[in-house]
Amino acid sequence: MNAARKQRLLIVLMILLGASVAVGLTAYALSQNINLFYSPSEIHSGMAPKDTRIRAGGMVVEGSIRRDTNSLKVEFDITDYAQSTTVQYVGILPDLFREGQGIVAQGMLNEEGKLIASEVLAKHDENYMPPEIAEALAKAGKMPGMPAAAKEY
Amino acid sequence: MIPELGTYSTILALCLSLVLSVVPMIGAHTGNKLWVDYARPLAKGVFAFLTLAMLCLGYAFLTDDFSVVYVANGSNTALPWYYKISAIWGGHEGSLLLWVWIQAFWTLAVAIKSRNLPLDIIGRVLAVMGMITSAFLLFILFTSSPFDRFLPNFPMEGGDLNPLLQDFGLIVHPPALYMGYVGLSVAFSFAIAALLSGRLDAAWARWSRPWTNVAWAFLTLGIALGSWWAYYELGWGGWWFWDPVENASLMPWLVATALIHSLAVTEKRGVFKSWTVLLAISAFSLSLLGTFLVRSGVLTSVHAFATDPERGLFILGMLIFVIGGSLLLYAIRAGSVKSESSFALSSRETLLLINNILLTVSCAMVLIGTLYPLVMDSLNLGKISVGPPYFNALFVPLMALMCIFLGLASVSRWKQTPLRLFVQQLWLPGVLALVAAFVSHGLYNSAFEPWVLLGLFLAWWIVFCWLRDFSNRLRQRGVMSGLLRQSRSYYGMLLGHLGVAVLVVGVAMVVLFVEHHDARMGPGDEVQFRNYTFIFDGARHVEGPNYISDMGRIRVLKEGQPYRIMYPEKRVYTARGMVMTEVALDPGLFRDLYVAMGEELDNGAWAIRMQYKPFVRWLWLGALFMTAGGLLAASDPRYRKQAQRDAQAAMPAQASQSS
Repeated sequence: MNAARKQRLLIVLMILLGASVAVGLTAYALSQNINLFYSPSEIHSGMAPKDTRIRAGGMVVEGSIRRDTNSLKVEFDITDYAQSTTVQYVGILPDLFREGQGIVAQGMLNEEGKLIASEVLAKHDENYMPPEIAEALAKAGKMPGMPAAAKEY
Repeated sequence: MIPELGTYSTILALCLSLVLSVVPMIGAHTGNKLWVDYARPLAKGVFAFLTLAMLCLGYAFLTDDFSVVYVANGSNTALPWYYKISAIWGGHEGSLLLWVWIQAFWTLAVAIKSRNLPLDIIGRVLAVMGMITSAFLLFILFTSSPFDRFLPNFPMEGGDLNPLLQDFGLIVHPPALYMGYVGLSVAFSFAIAALLSGRLDAAWARWSRPWTNVAWAFLTLGIALGSWWAYYELGWGGWWFWDPVENASLMPWLVATALIHSLAVTEKRGVFKSWTVLLAISAFSLSLLGTFLVRSGVLTSVHAFATDPERGLFILGMLIFVIGGSLLLYAIRAGSVKSESSFALSSRETLLLINNILLTVSCAMVLIGTLYPLVMDSLNLGKISVGPPYFNALFVPLMALMCIFLGLASVSRWKQTPLRLFVQQLWLPGVLALVAAFVSHGLYNSAFEPWVLLGLFLAWWIVFCWLRDFSNRLRQRGVMSGLLRQSRSYYGMLLGHLGVAVLVVGVAMVVLFVEHHDARMGPGDEVQFRNYTFIFDGARHVEGPNYISDMGRIRVLKEGQPYRIMYPEKRVYTARGMVMTEVALDPGLFRDLYVAMGEELDNGAWAIRMQYKPFVRWLWLGALFMTAGGLLAASDPRYRKQAQRDAQAAMPAQASQSS
């Protein structure tokens, strides 16, 4: 093999090695960091794993918000109108969090089936329903009223 | 009447750009000079009519013409005039019009600034840009015209601009970002023109370099503005969320960064040609992909205005056509491309190749993380989300590696660099960087943090390595004449790389030394951290032009002495009934104090978010340095002079081609 070829081979091998390391790391990181979405019904039926970070979403049940009086701890229920799940969160809720609003919470289920959330997301539009929730509601057969997109004006 | 004029001039612009995409192309192919000569006036015409369309839309906003659907949805009589203007691009339809207007602007700029280019190249470049303009104009006219009317019954009051967007950041972020996104179409068009003409040479790289630099600079600026806007407007103090929409702008940026470096190699050394072309195609394809992701509604975020499947399909079709078509052309033509020189394994070429590999790999991994949930969802395999840990775990090491190589590249030479040269030249910067990292970490009064040390080391490493190169250059011929002799591209490069160092410092410090305190605070309560004390004095009602607000009053003491009073707000925008957090900031070069109000609790108590953010400004400062560096490099007079010579050299070839 002449020098130029040897060099080219080295470069190709380097690229291959780099690419396979990158693919390996990517696959590993992906498998560690994927958060699956579960609806309250799925959580109720025990489909959701404990001690793994998951996402759960639904509508905040009217009158279910309970605040701690001397900290930022708050508990509320989310529902897909078939089942509901209690979410516990410490911190500041997003601006658009309110009763009857669709939210997504990220966290882990504890032994009692309560979601200990590390993050609560409400999207920045009052008519908007997260697609996960819309689908979960549709599955539970409880899609309320008209779809969000239709009430544009 | 005025909105109809807007539609009419959009249609005229479409007609002109359709002609622009066909006639000069055929002219360039058959060597018909007359046909190619049509390109410049057509480019001017398209720009003129689209400017008229923009003015019509602006007029509709300023006069509160709520018979126009787009205006009625996105504006309001109570909106201040400057937001009425920025509301032009506050929604889907208008932002597309802005996009295509900027595309027309770039086309015009190429038409004017390309006097020295061979005629067949300029014909092809403008024709390809005309095709892109036509596609977007078709999209606007068929699916998303901003001039559609509510008739006969139109509302008396508009639905108001989304309060999140009523901000200075929104006035400047989209135009800057689009200048970058769309500017990549110039590099793309040059690549396609070069493939079509079969002339992939150093001259081609030289022509497209300044354009690519400018586009890249704007893209950098646009992303930085977006990050800055998110920081103070979204109310939770983050500056990068790995949101799919952010990724959509980061991906073209990564590839464009690779492209400006690989163009340099192609120009100077005549190698990496087909790779450079591939990067130019990828960069623009990714900015189209970004548009698709953001505009089609497959992603949901602040940016997703519309969820209309028809629109998504149209962009998807365009995406497939552009990517598929250009890759096909590439496959046919790239095989005949020959490198003009060779290089050794230890050389500047190899280091730039490593830079390119690292950047494209990071882009690929951002792409996987962004598209994976979409693919899983469309295959009905479940709703998932890929969190920031994934991106951080991969992106941070790759970029750290890149900083190391960035330092090494400073003293490297083209063609071949003996390994001992690196050792000889860079042991000192290495030692200095290590010492400086320890000293600067020590000076910053905080707990020892190895990752911060690494970040500081990388930043100092970049600075010292490039200082070494700079001082080598000055030593060759006296300091004064050495300073004057360096080209603008060289200073631009230094500035850009300094920007990377500044950015790295910002990231390391703000990520690891940030302090968050979320607290329930009643009037009189205080929270203490660092050397600041925050005392909540309660909140009162305030009324603004189109909102009502609860304004908190927070006294800040520094080491027990009164320092300043901060007024965070919780606003309700009346037209939409939307709640917004207005952050109070005490900005500084070395730290920001960040105070935001959460929700009202009871007895006048509020949830208050207080943050101490060290060096957060350095993030955007670094990006500004990069932007300035890119613009400075692009302004190098070398490009114009050399282009003249290239054009003269190309003349005989063209004459023989057309005869």
